[in-house]
Amino acid sequence: MAKVHVTTSINGEPMEYLCEPSDTMLDALRGPLGLTGSKEGCASGDCGACSITLDDRLVCSCLMLAVEAEGHEIRTIEGMAHGDKLHPLQQKFLESAALQCGICTSGMLIASDALLRKNPNPSEEQVRFWLAGNLCRCTGYDKIVRAVMETAADMRETAQ
Amino acid sequence: MTELRYMAPATLDEAIGAFAAAGSAARILAGGTDLLVQMRAGMVKPGLIVDIKKIPDLTSIEQTKDGGFRVGAAVSGMALAEHNSFGKVWPGVLEAVNLIGSKQVQGRASAGGNLCNGSPAGDSVPAMVAAGAIVTVQGPNGRRDIKVEDVPAGPGRTNLKPGEILVSFTLPPRAPGSSDAYLRMIPRTEMDIAVVGLGVSLTMKDGVCTAARVGLGAVAPTVLLVEDAAKALIGSRLDDAALAKAANACSAACRPIDDKRGTIAYRTKVAGVLLKRTTLIAAKRAQTN
Repeated sequence: MAKVHVTTSINGEPMEYLCEPSDTMLDALRGPLGLTGSKEGCASGDCGACSITLDDRLVCSCLMLAVEAEGHEIRTIEGMAHGDKLHPLQQKFLESAALQCGICTSGMLIASDALLRKNPNPSEEQVRFWLAGNLCRCTGYDKIVRAVMETAADMRETAQ
Repeated sequence: MTELRYMAPATLDEAIGAFAAAGSAARILAGGTDLLVQMRAGMVKPGLIVDIKKIPDLTSIEQTKDGGFRVGAAVSGMALAEHNSFGKVWPGVLEAVNLIGSKQVQGRASAGGNLCNGSPAGDSVPAMVAAGAIVTVQGPNGRRDIKVEDVPAGPGRTNLKPGEILVSFTLPPRAPGSSDAYLRMIPRTEMDIAVVGLGVSLTMKDGVCTAARVGLGAVAPTVLLVEDAAKALIGSRLDDAALAKAANACSAACRPIDDKRGTIAYRTKVAGVLLKRTTLIAAKRAQTN
């Protein structure tokens, strides 16, 4: 089967890779690209563990073909911190133990970041609705929601 | 094993040529939120995937000169939500599109895909039916317009002819005092399939309903246009008697399945309840337009 050559941008860096036409973006990230931060949970768009952004829109990388990245901008959890400095959401998740087993965490962080970029002052209800596509089967939502709300408040204060 | 090919043509003509030539082995890729799941489950094994998102007509939203909208079939729910005026004119259509899956899914899923997937429970379909949307399709034999309610043929099937691609939805201009709403019943609060979905679009003048359309989903093999419910609303002040009559018309139109999500009796009753609630939301919104 002929592989397809894809030229894209991942976490702000130009990137090229070869993939099968049937590979998902998640396959490419975790395979040839070696970016294993995005997790495979359900592979059917229900759990959000593989969340990335495509041109700044939150998507499941399991519901996107790797060839579709051609000419677009992808962001993954690997691009969230600046060098050794964690993103405020990552720092707050750590401090508040906003995780249990951690398999959902990268997707939760990507989704929360996408929310705060759109809406820096979300209500708790908005946070819960926004994260409804991210499954935590350890029932750890409360700490996660609180961490997102607190980060949003901190970031608003910093921005002032 | 059949080899899978992928193409992302820049023009509609190119897409239609390739799609028609590949016959039943070809699949259209819009958001992919249904197709990729079906491929993974082994339900479909396409030989060719035609990605239509590089065709400008299929990914653009335009407000037409008469005040209506033309929405490309592959426009994602998130893109529709980000549009500066669509949600003000058609709040019910927007809320229906933005009930499809999660935020991640809305980043990709399109109203065109929702319609072509042919699910009786597709959330955007009853709202589009209520809106009186017209669908433009194009195939090897040219372009034609179809009423949105005439597109579904049954679960998983549409009335599109071989080689035809759904290009766009056209939503009509709105008279003053018009609005719409969509409600669905699901057992949980988010991320679920409609047990009943109901869209109402109406026009109010001096407290009287002068025009109405009702779309009803998940209670029959296809989404329904319930004309008797609209007739019961038109000419009324949306009083209890008119709402009860329209609710009965919705319940009477139901031919649902009995499954773990809802019994026949439950779905039939809920259709009437949703008619009342949705109509009142649409009427309240219409006051400000």
